[in-house]
Amino acid sequence: MGAYIIRRLLINVLVFFLITVVIFWLVHKAPGDPIAMMVPPDQLNAGSAAFIAAKRHELGLDQPLVVQYWHWLTGALHGDFGYSLVNGRSVTSLLGERFGPTIELMGTGLLLSLVIAFPLGIVAALRRNTRVDYAATVVSLGSVSIPAFFIALIAIYVFTVKFPILPSSGISDPSAPSLVDSLQHLILPAVILGFANSGPYMRYVRSSMITELGADYVRTAEAKGATRRRVVVRHTLRNSLIPVLTYIAANLPQQLAGAVVIEQVFAWPGMGQLAVSSVGRHDYSVIIGFALIIAVLVLISSLLADVLYTLVDPRVRLN
Amino acid sequence: MSVIEPAVLAPEAARRSPGRRALRRFLRHRMAVVSAVVLLLIVLAAVFARQIAGHDPNTTDLFATRAGPSGDHWLGTDATGRDVLARLLFAGRVSLGVGVAAALLAVVVGTVVGSLSGLLGGWVDQTAMRLADVFMSFPSLVVMVVIAGVIGPSVTAMVIAIGLFQWPQCGRLVRGVTLAVREQEYVQAARAAGAGPLWLIRRHIVPAALPPVSVVATLAVAQAIGLEATMSFLGLGVQPPAASWGNMLTDAQSLTVISTMPWLWLPPGLAVAATVLAVNFIGDGLRDAVDPRHT
Repeated sequence: MGAYIIRRLLINVLVFFLITVVIFWLVHKAPGDPIAMMVPPDQLNAGSAAFIAAKRHELGLDQPLVVQYWHWLTGALHGDFGYSLVNGRSVTSLLGERFGPTIELMGTGLLLSLVIAFPLGIVAALRRNTRVDYAATVVSLGSVSIPAFFIALIAIYVFTVKFPILPSSGISDPSAPSLVDSLQHLILPAVILGFANSGPYMRYVRSSMITELGADYVRTAEAKGATRRRVVVRHTLRNSLIPVLTYIAANLPQQLAGAVVIEQVFAWPGMGQLAVSSVGRHDYSVIIGFALIIAVLVLISSLLADVLYTLVDPRVRLN
Repeated sequence: MSVIEPAVLAPEAARRSPGRRALRRFLRHRMAVVSAVVLLLIVLAAVFARQIAGHDPNTTDLFATRAGPSGDHWLGTDATGRDVLARLLFAGRVSLGVGVAAALLAVVVGTVVGSLSGLLGGWVDQTAMRLADVFMSFPSLVVMVVIAGVIGPSVTAMVIAIGLFQWPQCGRLVRGVTLAVREQEYVQAARAAGAGPLWLIRRHIVPAALPPVSVVATLAVAQAIGLEATMSFLGLGVQPPAASWGNMLTDAQSLTVISTMPWLWLPPGLAVAATVLAVNFIGDGLRDAVDPRHT
């Protein structure tokens, strides 16, 4: 098991470094003077040509690309992503203050996805090829097919315009912050994100359950007098949980993709909204910092999936 | 992916070709048939956009901005007085075009990589499948946002990015088919007679992979249309004045438009939803038709 994990870890880290090379290449391809991306603007404005040349030397921009890459990477790994080209703030703090809201939205969204996907997937598997199953298929196809931003607009029309019970923008009301207020702001974006991401999970739960229900041990358990409920709860559900959990871990980055759109519609102050508005403002250093965070997220989720996979599958462990 | 087992067939079914039997199974999938009709209508509407619309999609009329539906403008006009119906129909061309082009790219790359991977094996196979994992683990939408940020919004870049991030599904599938086909006697015979990998791919692997690939390709079209709409909605895809269903919705983000001008946001939203749903249902029907054991 240890050897497998270490091998996967090495592959994942190798892939991560390749991705940082691509991102570094993007840094170079990005228009604009790299000095402006790395030096706080007040210093830059005060500087003369000699100062910039000295700074260029100090930052190692006159050195070979490989050396520059190393400097950039070690800096980034220490949390130094440079400075925003628009407002001069450090990218680390800009992204840092957006991190919490995005995690809040992604986490609640994931939870709601599972709350939708598990019951539907299990019932669809148990009542295979019945109306319930077809209805579940239609729901999951709908969640995959209807763009989240369109559902969001409809939800805003219903819950903010027609029946003004829920707010349609922001994370909280600055004039009256409270837990209830925060929850009210969370409901629409989180439910829509949860629904939009639930389709693939539901199909996965369903097919995983169907596979397990066809297994020999189910027949054995039933022959020994176990009720359907007992078989499902004690045996098949547990076993089908294994591949589902691995799938959820591997798909964490997809949650971020959904969050980018939802944040934009609901003016949710998260990283996705920052990234989209940075694209509009040509704020390359922020975009590149965002790219690096995605790469880290992908690395973590793929490692998590590997570990889960090893923990639950003895065949991998023994190899 | 395994080769379809010869089923025990009723006498009259045995006389039909596999293609006809697949068609019969597809026609039994009611939602898929309805979807095929809906999609056909959408495609026809996009093709004959100019004839149906009766207006130019880019002609502005500053005396009739955001006017409600009327006899002249069936779906009203937008913020600069352009006919919404005309824009909707022309936007269909963009959305369908991007969807098909991106899916085609994904299928071609996936077929080439997957079949070579399966035929050659060894380190080629290892590297290709690792690469497939990497591409699949990245959320394509987020990567497209970053690309748009660095090189600027571009439809070509969008098609290439969607294609590059969707080839792995097709690649893995074709690799699986290749591994199964490779062991068949007729393929071994062809190899013994000196057939090269390209000949094998063209004559044996592509025909065997075509049915399951058609399913994956259909789903890829649906996904690509959705991605294009989302990117354009974020303002990072198709750029105005060109119309796309996504960018028509961008203007609808204000509460005033949502509450009082439904003709500006409902039609493009419904168009994306209907198109993507239809394509996905067709994919579902194709899967049942191609692989009867799949449930």
